[in-house]
Amino acid sequence: MPQQQIRFYQTGSFVVGNRLLDPDQRTVQADMRRTNSLNSGHRACQGCGEALGARSALDAVMRATGNQMVAVNATGCLEVFSTPYPETSWQIPWLHSLFGNAPAVATGVAAALKVKGRTDVRVVGQGGDGGTVDIGLACLSGMFERNDDVLFICYDNGGYMNTGVQRSGATPPAAATTTTPAVGPEPGNTFGQGKSLPLIAMAHRIPYVATATVADLRDLEYKARRAMEFHGARYLHVLVPCPLGWRTPSSDTIRIARLATETGVFPVFEAEDGEVTAVSRIRHRRPVADYLRPQGRYAHLFGETPGEDVVARIQAEADRNVRTFGLVDTEVVR
Amino acid sequence: MSKATKQGTLPFAITLDVGSSLANKTGSWRTERPVYVDRLPPCNNACPAGENIQQWLYKAEEGGYERAWRQIMEDNPFPAVMGRVCYRPCETACNRAILDEAVGINSVERFVGDEAIKRCWTVSVDAAPSGKRVLVVGAGPSGLSAAYHLTRLGHQVTVRDSASEPGGMMRYGIPSYRLPRDVVDAEIQRIVDMGVQLELGTVVTDISGAMTDEGYDAVFLAVGAHIGRRADIPAADSARILDAVSLLAGMENGEAPLLGRRVAVYGGGNTAMDVARTAKRLGATDAVVVYRRTRDRMPAHDIEVREAVEEGVRLRWLSTIAYADAGHITIEKMRLDETGFPQPTGEFEDLDADSVVLALGQLADLALVQGLAGVEVADDVVQVGSDLMTGHPGVFAGGDMVPSERTATVAIGHGKRAARNIDAWLRGTRYQRPERHELATYERLNTWYYSDAPATVRPRLETARRISTFDEVTGGLDESTALFEARRCLSCGNCFDCDNCFGVCPDNAVIKLGADNRYEIDLDYCKGCGLCAAECPSGAIEMRAERT
Repeated sequence: MPQQQIRFYQTGSFVVGNRLLDPDQRTVQADMRRTNSLNSGHRACQGCGEALGARSALDAVMRATGNQMVAVNATGCLEVFSTPYPETSWQIPWLHSLFGNAPAVATGVAAALKVKGRTDVRVVGQGGDGGTVDIGLACLSGMFERNDDVLFICYDNGGYMNTGVQRSGATPPAAATTTTPAVGPEPGNTFGQGKSLPLIAMAHRIPYVATATVADLRDLEYKARRAMEFHGARYLHVLVPCPLGWRTPSSDTIRIARLATETGVFPVFEAEDGEVTAVSRIRHRRPVADYLRPQGRYAHLFGETPGEDVVARIQAEADRNVRTFGLVDTEVVR
Repeated sequence: MSKATKQGTLPFAITLDVGSSLANKTGSWRTERPVYVDRLPPCNNACPAGENIQQWLYKAEEGGYERAWRQIMEDNPFPAVMGRVCYRPCETACNRAILDEAVGINSVERFVGDEAIKRCWTVSVDAAPSGKRVLVVGAGPSGLSAAYHLTRLGHQVTVRDSASEPGGMMRYGIPSYRLPRDVVDAEIQRIVDMGVQLELGTVVTDISGAMTDEGYDAVFLAVGAHIGRRADIPAADSARILDAVSLLAGMENGEAPLLGRRVAVYGGGNTAMDVARTAKRLGATDAVVVYRRTRDRMPAHDIEVREAVEEGVRLRWLSTIAYADAGHITIEKMRLDETGFPQPTGEFEDLDADSVVLALGQLADLALVQGLAGVEVADDVVQVGSDLMTGHPGVFAGGDMVPSERTATVAIGHGKRAARNIDAWLRGTRYQRPERHELATYERLNTWYYSDAPATVRPRLETARRISTFDEVTGGLDESTALFEARRCLSCGNCFDCDNCFGVCPDNAVIKLGADNRYEIDLDYCKGCGLCAAECPSGAIEMRAERT
C-alpha cells in the first residue's frame, strides 16, 4: 500500500477529508487554506477532470515545497481554459511556452534556478496527453535521460479535446474520436496502436514514476508529495476523464475514473528507479463493460450491433493489467 | 495590480498586467444548482421514542459520549434501559444492513447510557417555571418519560403509582436478566432529582377530584396493562395454573413461584418467552411454550425467541391446551386455514407439565376512568386523539392503556408526545409537530466511500451460565468497540463533514465554513456539474433545476 489505509473510520481514507482523522492525516484538499492553484472562473467544461486533477496535484506540491514552486505549462486545454487574455486562474508562478517544449522549458527553469543557487524552489512541468505523449515526447525523454530536477505531470484524458476531440497516442482502443469515428468494420480507435507513457518513463530508470486518478484525490496528493521527496526527473500520470470527449454526464467524471481503476483498465501504481514498488489494489472488481457502457465514445459497442468481441479484447487487456501489476489481492481478506 | 500600473513596475519579463479569472462569473453557465439538504435517516424514522439517532451517533463517532448522551436525552430519558430492552426498530430499518450488517445502534446507546450513570451526568431544567401542576398516574416508562419532559418544560409534576417501587413494567414485567434493577434505579433517580414528586403505594381513583380539589391543571394517565388475560381452560381442581404477569411481578417482590420441574407456558408473545426463560432459571428441567399458530406468526420478537431456544426452551407450534390436570396437560393440534387462522384438528396429545403459565396478553385496569366524563373506552383500551388527550379536557393518556404496540420504547415515545401536547394545552396553544424531511433511502447514498466493516457482536454470557442465574445476558461494548460501532453509521441523508464536495469541485465553488458549520455553494462560480452531489457519500446534496 502506498499510503496508510485507515480502517473503520466511517469512510476510512476513501473520502477527501474526514473529521475523525488527526489533522496531519487529512488531505490538502480538505484544508480551508489550500492554495487553490487553479482558481475559480476558469473556462473548463462542467465537471472537468483535468481542472480538478491539476488543482489537487499542484496544491499538494505547493504544500510539499512550502509554496516554493514554479509551474511550466504545455499548450492544451489546461492552458487555454485557464489563461484567456487578460485573465489567469493560476495563483502560482506559472509559465506557458509551446505545445511540444514544456519539458525543455521546465529543464531550463530548473537550470536557471540551479545557477542562481535557489535550491529551495522546485519545478513542475505539466500538460495534457497530446502535449506529453505525442508532441512533447522528445523533449520529455530528453528531460528524463538527463535526469533534470523536474516533476512532469501528464493529465491524460485520452485525446486532443481542446481542438475538437482528435485521437492522441493515449486514446484507448475502440474509443470514438473525430479522427477515429465509429464507422466501418472496426469502429473507433485501432487496437495495437498507442503507448503507455508511464512504462516509457520507467524505462528511463528515473527516480520516480507514478499513476493516479481523480477518483482518489488522497492517493493523487500522496504521489505529488512523494515525488517531491526525490530530486531528478519524476513523472506523474493522472487519468482525468473528459465529459466532452468521453461523452459522459458532467457529474460522472469521478465515477468513470473510479470504474477505470476498479475494472483494471487503468492500473494505479508507483515505481522507483524503473521498478514497480507499490500498486493500489482493486477494492470491488468490476467487468470492463461497466466502465465502457456509460461512455458515449464506446456507444457503438453497445448499440444495435454490439461489439462483444471488442469488449472481450478490452477485458483481456484489463485482465493483463490485473495480472502484470497484481491489482487484486490474492489472499482473501474479510 | 491595476491597469494604471506604469511600465517598469511590473515584475521582470511580464509585459501585460495580469487580471484574475475571478472576473469571469461561470455561475451563469449553470442550469442546475446543488443544494445541501437534511434527509430523514431510516433509523430516526423508525424510532418509536423519536430519537435523533443519526445525530447522537455523529457525536459518539468523535468520542463525544456526553454530547451524544445529551442528544438522546432530548427525546428519551432512559438510554441505559433502552440500550438493553428496546426491540430496535432502528436497526431493522438501518441502510447499512443492505451494505453488510445493520449498525449496532442499540449497543452504542447502552454504552452511552452506562457512561452517563458511571459519570453521574445530569440534565438541567432551563425553562422558567410555568406555575402549572401536572399529575401523572403510573410510574412506568410512559409516565416517567412524560414527567421528565414536563419538568424540563417548566411544569411541576407529581407521579403516583400503586406499587412500592417505581418503574412499572421495567421493574415488574421485564426479568432482571434482561434489565438489571440498578440500571432502572439510576435512570429513575435522575428524573426524581430533577424535581419530580414521586408518591408510591398510592392508588388514584378520582381524577376529576384531583383536578378540582388538589389543583392539578392536567393529568397524564399511564397505568399500563398488567392484568393477565385469562382463558377458560378446562382443568382439574388439582391443576396448577398461574398467570405470567403476576409471576413476573412476584419475582420482583421476592416471591419465587412454585412451578415444578416441567412448565408449560401458553402464549406466543414476549411475555411467554420471559416466563419460559425465568422458569429455566428457577430450576425447571423442561420449559415448553405452547402456541396455537406458527413461529412466523408469533408476536414475540425474533431475538427473544432465539435466546429462549438457545437456553433450551422448547416450542410447540400449532397447539392449544385442551385440558390441564395435575402433572400433565392435553394438547390439541391445530392447522392454519386459508386466512391464517388456527383451526382444531381433533388430534390430541398428552404432555407432562407440573404447571401451566398463561401468557395470553394483558389488560389495562381502567377502573380509574370509570365515571370520568367524556372518556371513551373501546377494545379494553382508552381512546385518545393524536394529541393523546382523552375525551375529558386536560386528561391525557398513553402507554399500554391506549391503542398501541405495547413496548417500553413506544411508551417512552408516548410520554414525550403527551408532554409536548400537555405543555401546549396548558399554554392555550396546540402542539405543531415539525414537518418531516424526505426519507434518506439507500439509493441516494454513494456507498463506495464507506469502509467495509462487519458489526461488533456483543459478547454474550455462556448459555450454560446464563440459565442458572439472573445475571445480565447481553454484555455491553467497551469504549473502542462502541466507537467502532458508532463509526459504522452511514449518516444517511445528513452531512458529516467528509469534505468530499469541497475536494471534488473542479471550480473551487464549494466554500468550507469550518468548525462544524458545513459548506456553502459559491453560486458566482458553480457551473452546476453535479460532481459534489454525485460524490456525496450520504446523499445530502440535491441538484435542483434553475429557473429559466
